[in-house]
Amino acid sequence: MSITVRYFASLSDRLGRREEAVDFTPGLTVAKVWDRVTSGAPLPSHILMAVNREYAKADTLVKEGDELAFFPPVTGGSS
Amino acid sequence: MRTEVRTQGFDPWAEVSRYQTETLGCGTYGAMAAFVGTMRDFNEGAEVEAMFLEHYPGMTEDYLQRLGAKALSLWHILDVLLIHRVGQVYPGDPIVLIVVWSAHRAAAFDACRFLIEELKSQAPFWKKETLESGTRWVEKNTAG
Repeated sequence: MSITVRYFASLSDRLGRREEAVDFTPGLTVAKVWDRVTSGAPLPSHILMAVNREYAKADTLVKEGDELAFFPPVTGGSS
Repeated sequence: MRTEVRTQGFDPWAEVSRYQTETLGCGTYGAMAAFVGTMRDFNEGAEVEAMFLEHYPGMTEDYLQRLGAKALSLWHILDVLLIHRVGQVYPGDPIVLIVVWSAHRAAAFDACRFLIEELKSQAPFWKKETLESGTRWVEKNTAG
């Protein structure tokens, strides 16, 4: 009964972890997961979110077994 | 169409030549537009010695595949080749190759530009630079 939460790049460095499991509870949204994993820190507006490897929003509902990801703005290509 | 996340260095011109020979028949296209992005040795006032490119395995590959398919649906183009490096790169190393083949030049140019701009703003890649003074994450892309 859990979901997987992944972090990338500078956010992963800041949080000091790349992945963790979070207990699933009904009605869980991406924003609520962020609140739980950061012990109530506000969700920065620049942070991007994905559910099951597709872009999602803060109010996207999460299902049991889902993979969530939080990451900073992307910087691919050459600079 | 082929889109790929590459963990090893590559020669963009050899890739173009190989793909063209293997996939596109002789005389089937009238135009080919290519964009190659390589690593610079300077960024935001500092000399950059190396760079680590991180991605989100699974999501990045899916995103690139969908992006290529979108370009094929939006323009009258024949084929797309897209390769993006991950891992450690050094100044001069190719980072991204985008090639579009079409019957006429306008569609090839436009789709190629679309692909690199979309990739830069949406594809899950992140860069960490190694400077003389340590490392730093690139927090935003430069304007075209």
